[in-house]
Amino acid sequence: MSASEKTSPAPVLVTARDVHKAYGDHEVLKGIDMDVRVGETVVILGPSGSGKSTFLRCINHLEAMQKGSILVGEEQVGYVWRNGTLYRATPSQIARQRRGIGMVFQQFNLYPHMTVLQNIVEAPVGVYGEKRGEAEAYAHMLLRRVGLSEKANAYPRQLSGGQQQRVAIARALAIRPRLMLFDEPTSALDPELVGEVLATMRDLAQSGLTMIVVTHEISFAREAADRVIFMDGGRIVEEGPPGQVLVNPSHPRTRAFLNRVI
Amino acid sequence: MAAINPSGSAMVADPSAGRDVALAVSPANHLRRGLTAIVLLLALHMAWLIVANEAFQWHVVFNWLFDPSVMQGLMVTLGLTVVAMVLGTVIGLVLAICRLSGSRIASGFAGLYIWFFRGTPMLVQLIFWYNLATLFPEISITIPFGPTLIGWDTNMLITPLTAAIVGLALNEAAYMAEIIRAGLISVDPGQSEAAQAFGMTRQRALRRIIIPQAMRSIIPPTGNQLISMIKGTSLVSVIAMNDLLYSVQAIYNRTFEIIPLLMVAVVWYLFVTSILNVGQSYIEAYYARGDRRGEVRPATVPDAEPA
Repeated sequence: MSASEKTSPAPVLVTARDVHKAYGDHEVLKGIDMDVRVGETVVILGPSGSGKSTFLRCINHLEAMQKGSILVGEEQVGYVWRNGTLYRATPSQIARQRRGIGMVFQQFNLYPHMTVLQNIVEAPVGVYGEKRGEAEAYAHMLLRRVGLSEKANAYPRQLSGGQQQRVAIARALAIRPRLMLFDEPTSALDPELVGEVLATMRDLAQSGLTMIVVTHEISFAREAADRVIFMDGGRIVEEGPPGQVLVNPSHPRTRAFLNRVI
Repeated sequence: MAAINPSGSAMVADPSAGRDVALAVSPANHLRRGLTAIVLLLALHMAWLIVANEAFQWHVVFNWLFDPSVMQGLMVTLGLTVVAMVLGTVIGLVLAICRLSGSRIASGFAGLYIWFFRGTPMLVQLIFWYNLATLFPEISITIPFGPTLIGWDTNMLITPLTAAIVGLALNEAAYMAEIIRAGLISVDPGQSEAAQAFGMTRQRALRRIIIPQAMRSIIPPTGNQLISMIKGTSLVSVIAMNDLLYSVQAIYNRTFEIIPLLMVAVVWYLFVTSILNVGQSYIEAYYARGDRRGEVRPATVPDAEPA
């Protein structure tokens, strides 16, 4: 990042404008605006129920929003813009649009009936048509990167929670994403296993991958984030570099939240 | 041991001496032994009553057991079971997916289908199919309320065989639909979410991710269905389909050896269902792979084929 700051800023990858979402009468998102630049690591903090996970899931259209727009590069997942009209995308179009967006879930969601290696190559080979040999070689490389090269033939249930989540990260990286979404990746882990997952994520952030991370881990935000966004009640309350938002928050709700978690 | 007694008094006896659970023995359970003996004795007696009973005419049973017409009937029963079960499962899968789809029309149609075919007796359905010609003398493909494209004479299409297959398969589909639906909704919703996020279409997610996991809860009740299907095929004897039961009936109508010939059918039905039970346990072990609880060492999943 430091190099790009000296020259011109990196191009914007994710553009969210006025995103609204409600479940029935309950408004979860009340107008979110956000820009994420290529190579940036953005950490979204906020109390539970603040809408941060919902916003993340709107980006790849796992949740449909009711108003506003989110663009990832030139794609608007879930919609097709043609000749000045916005059409709802068909399921197969949506599947194609999700290419390039990797996602890591709170509950890992590994496929329990497949080995670690099969989990990782399933999408590259089955969905994106990569050659099996190449996909497997890349999968082994990713497993080395997350420190699990000897677990390629294990089944998910034979691994600890931290190991499963690192496999899930490798699985998401295997589709060679330009954007990674992390939905509370350490919330389901025992405290002593959180560190290994955060370390893996820090490495990724340093490698220049664009990441949006929803988490409760203030330490990760402090060490790895380029920018911290604090959400509450379906709105962005405050945002800025971690040194500012986490050390010197300007909004009383941010201060109250940080006092509670630290 | 006593030397490191924390109280410091070295001579106090160690309370755990000799109490290692590895040395524990089971107490003699006289009640259980007695009951086991009584049950075994009763079972033996029962077997003796059947084997030694002249009325069963075991020599007649053995005479007919491998008779060509019985063998032929057995083949018809097996063939019908396989065809009806495969068709029933495929239609059932489609119905289950319809029921779970967001579409009101699809799920309503599937619900109606299941309601009708589960709610009417199998025997009545078979007779209806067999006599379809009285209701619809001609079956044709037409544009609704428009001209006919192609048509057949119903009596040509509906033979005992087609009536039996259609009747059994459509009835089975209703039950399989519910079994498959239960299996599909038992899979963690996070799985289809992950599949979606990784760009899989709904079809592919079902085939590669959801159905393989649903199989664990689909297989046991399906085994049940298959066994009732084998016996259920005996109903087709009412529409003159020459299955196992029909062929033994044909024999005892001539020889009047009713009980021994029914025993011939019983022996074969039991033989086939026993083989199926063994097959089922192998299939269950296969789909238990990746599960720590089942200690079964995994067979490998077929590899992902490119889309």
